[in-house]
Amino acid sequence: MSQHLNSDEVRHTLSILVDNEPGVLARVIGLFSGRGYNIESLTVAGVDEANNLSRISIVTRGTPMVIEQVKAQLDRIVPVHMVRDLTQQGLHIERELALIKVVNKGESRIEALRIADTFRANTLDSTLESFVFEVTGSSSKISAFVELMRSLGHVEVSRTGVSAISRGLNVDMPIRTQNETQE
Amino acid sequence: MTKTSQPKSNASETENSNDLTVTGADAVLRVLEDLNVEVIFGYPGGAVLPIYDALFKRNSIRHILVRHEQAAVHAAEGYARSTGKVGVVLVTSGPGATNAVTGLTDALMDSIPILCITGQVPTHLIGNDAFQEADTVGITRPCTKHNYLVKQAENLVPVLYEAFHVASSGRPGPVVVDLPKDIQFAPIDMGQVEPAKSKAVVRYRPVMIPDADAISQAADMIVSASRPIIYGGGGIINSGDEASEHLRELVALTGFPTTLTLMGLGVLPSEDKHFLGMLGMHGTYEANMSMYHCDVMLNVGARFDDRVTGLTSGFSPNSQKIHIDIDKSSINKNIRVDLGIVGDAGIALKMLVDEVKKRKAAIKKDALSEWWKKIEEWRAVRCLDYNQKGDIIKPQYAIHRLWQKCKGDDVYVTTEVGQHQMWAAQYFGFNAPKRWMTSGGLGTMGYGLPAAMGVQIGNPGKTVIDIAGEASFMMNMQELSTIAQYQLPVKIYIINNEWMGMVRQWQELIHGGRYSESYSASLPDFQKLADCFGMKGLVAKVTDDLDPVIDEMLGTDGPVLVDVRVAKEENCFPMIPSGATHNQMLLGPNDKAAKPVSEEGMVLV
Repeated sequence: MSQHLNSDEVRHTLSILVDNEPGVLARVIGLFSGRGYNIESLTVAGVDEANNLSRISIVTRGTPMVIEQVKAQLDRIVPVHMVRDLTQQGLHIERELALIKVVNKGESRIEALRIADTFRANTLDSTLESFVFEVTGSSSKISAFVELMRSLGHVEVSRTGVSAISRGLNVDMPIRTQNETQE
Repeated sequence: MTKTSQPKSNASETENSNDLTVTGADAVLRVLEDLNVEVIFGYPGGAVLPIYDALFKRNSIRHILVRHEQAAVHAAEGYARSTGKVGVVLVTSGPGATNAVTGLTDALMDSIPILCITGQVPTHLIGNDAFQEADTVGITRPCTKHNYLVKQAENLVPVLYEAFHVASSGRPGPVVVDLPKDIQFAPIDMGQVEPAKSKAVVRYRPVMIPDADAISQAADMIVSASRPIIYGGGGIINSGDEASEHLRELVALTGFPTTLTLMGLGVLPSEDKHFLGMLGMHGTYEANMSMYHCDVMLNVGARFDDRVTGLTSGFSPNSQKIHIDIDKSSINKNIRVDLGIVGDAGIALKMLVDEVKKRKAAIKKDALSEWWKKIEEWRAVRCLDYNQKGDIIKPQYAIHRLWQKCKGDDVYVTTEVGQHQMWAAQYFGFNAPKRWMTSGGLGTMGYGLPAAMGVQIGNPGKTVIDIAGEASFMMNMQELSTIAQYQLPVKIYIINNEWMGMVRQWQELIHGGRYSESYSASLPDFQKLADCFGMKGLVAKVTDDLDPVIDEMLGTDGPVLVDVRVAKEENCFPMIPSGATHNQMLLGPNDKAAKPVSEEGMVLV
């Protein structure tokens, strides 16, 4: 999951609206692995229970020609309703959530709390020797927080991966009333 | 876990007009009948016994019993490619499904519409390592266009209709429907058929009609060409016979030189003066040189496969490229094109013909005339000439002579894979689409014999010839039993050089003549083998044998196996060595490559 890009590679965030049926995630991942495309981050969850739809957010990188291929190949998959390239469309928001457990005592513990405060993290769990913090933000903010915590004690991290949505009033993947057909 | 639905006694006979409830197995057949399926190629097994039982009772769809499930799929492919209909396959769970994988992958690579129904263990046993259980959906996910596992009886009918629709629409391909045995016994309400049919086409709606402005732009580019070329592929054949007619119209209208891929042969009659021959690794000199030197290239329904392009960085370097394809992901995949148009080949060609007609006066007649002169110079090299002298039959002659004897007849040809396949593409002319069935993308040895069976089933009364290599033939020779059972008058024309010819050729040219495991040892006496299956066997050992053998083969009313003993170490030319470009073809055994095959080249197959 390196952040280094070759000179002609770009990093794109894609949103995919899919039918929530068994195996659909396997199809998408199989596509990426079978054709050697890169998955930097992948999240999926149901977004429209009535119409049985899920939304997959994928961050991928490759040359512009490869990114176009990735989108075209995703579009071909039968349960895929829509593929949107948020990076290409313009301004969008990417956020991640992380749960970080830090085990320390004394000064380090106080420092950890102070830093958590600066990062606007919530404390979800506490013992006399540990905390579990919940932090949301851009991937780089999360990474920075984790690094700081690592220098202050024993750390365990669980991250969700990037979820993304476009800015502005354009609704790409509306939640419709039941059985209303997609475009 | 789930309760297995027990059928009422005689459930399949509970049909009155008010309450049509049938078993899952019965429902499968009713849906297939509704879809006008006439033939199923299959092999029974425990997990599909209910369907076979229903088949027996209904006695409505013809079933062809093969001897290996791989052959069932290849037969369905031959049937589909030669008739334009969807090929339907029925196999059992576990090994039945895994045996079908090669055929499914072949259909995916060559875009053949196949509906493959696989049995599965009952739903409550899935994931328990049950007898003859395999993760069919998991295994076939990457080798099918789409697949389904029916876990609830009410999904059976909608899934079948959707599966058929997906297989046959857009870019055709193989679709697997995995049916657990308890679903086959479960009661199904046939009243849901109509809603299922309308729902089937909702999810998958490929773009068929191309953008009119893009077609206009393409027409502008085409008429502005000084050295144009039309490059047609299998997509034209998949679109339907009208697409080939429109392509012919375009060629006649413009007078442009046209080349076809291996999968596209027959779109333009082989003896049309505009036809340059097949292009690519074993394409003709004139086709490849024209491709290299052209300034405008129109690709319709082809995918710039690596057998065609050679080294991609040196492919048609100075041309503007237009690519019409029904599959958006094929455009700009290997080769960057200047204008990509998504749409059905037939519809796009019709629109293009209309647009070009409006601009006909703008076609550069003088430049085109000069271009043809250049092409005639390349044609004059006569790259396909061979020297048939003496007693030893040259394989090129064996195939060329067969074609000459078939001229005027509406003949269907399948091939296996290897040198004979390339020679068949070079020397056997095709005048119509759907007459040439070969494994292009996957290159499956053992394809030709079962495919020929499928072609014969779909085209009774026609002459069907499987041009085979002896090594390929051995791969699915058990199908001789199928041919004998149904008395399919298939003509099996074995080009027997006692080697895996193409492998040997590469070993000779690239691996210093180290013929590792490429000799066909312990071959049977093919005449005796034919006799074992109760069919006619012929052999041609010297040149003088050939004509009478071909005559007898074509004149026989039943299946014939012909063993044509040919020169053992012929190589297939022209050849673009791997890693080279179109203007670096080797034309004959005395041609040495300009440079030895590079390391990058050696790595390419």
